[in-house]
Amino acid sequence: MIHKLSLGAVCGLAVMLAVPSAQAETIRITIDKLVFSPAEISAAVGDVIEWQNNDVMAHTATAKGEFDVVIPPKKTATLTVSKAGTFDYTCRFHPNMKARLQVRQ
Amino acid sequence: MFARLTSAFAFACLISGTTLAADTKVTDPQIAHIAYTAGVIDIEAAKQALKISKDKEVISFANDMLRDHEAVNTQALDLVKKLKVTPEDNDTSRALMKAATEEREKLSKLSGADFDKAYVANEVAYHKQVNGALESLLIPSAKNAELKDLLETGLKLFQGHQQHAEHVAAMMK
Ligand SMILES: [Cu+2]
Repeated sequence: MIHKLSLGAVCGLAVMLAVPSAQAETIRITIDKLVFSPAEISAAVGDVIEWQNNDVMAHTATAKGEFDVVIPPKKTATLTVSKAGTFDYTCRFHPNMKARLQVRQ
Repeated sequence: MFARLTSAFAFACLISGTTLAADTKVTDPQIAHIAYTAGVIDIEAAKQALKISKDKEVISFANDMLRDHEAVNTQALDLVKKLKVTPEDNDTSRALMKAATEEREKLSKLSGADFDKAYVANEVAYHKQVNGALESLLIPSAKNAELKDLLETGLKLFQGHQQHAEHVAAMMK
């Protein structure tokens, strides 16, 4: 019984150590003609989100009180996710541009 | 108010006119001219707001309009050059320009919060009118695929600006 518990604790620790460092990924979102694509993405804490803006006008990826990333025309901009949760975000300049970012621990 | 009625009237005439006579459809060179003119009008309105307004939100909104419409109009000029289309002046462009000039004259007599409110209210109304014309007339009439594509992007942009203007208007209340 005691044996099993401590083994479980060791495994848990190993998973916690491994997740943030080894598996951080870059997730790419394209903006084309005022549309975020994909509109919904799933990421883990530590991942990098990269928006590539193919339009001739600037856009933002903004979740009020959470993040506000300006993406200049024909450029990319990134955000490292630091918090789990579901974030609905929009463009401040064009509020009809909507997308969602789901972040798991 | 009068100027707004006039421009609404111009669009109403334009739309009902084409519904009545299917053979008086606007051509691609005319569509290009109308779309470009619609952008120029909003650029002029933004420049006026930047001269008169002292409100941070209004100034920031006007800068957004200036930047976006200049970028899109540059893209539009590149496209017409590529397609070897010469934008052609027409009654709709002239009616739009006339209404916009009248609106600017009216706004030039205002200042402070009166100006800010009138400018933002007109931005909402103006983008709504252009969206209507794009949806019901310009996009369906466009023959060239690339021109149609640019107009469709223009529609999303104008819809975004309309919502943005509505947000600014709501904040001023
Ligand atoms: Cu945008």
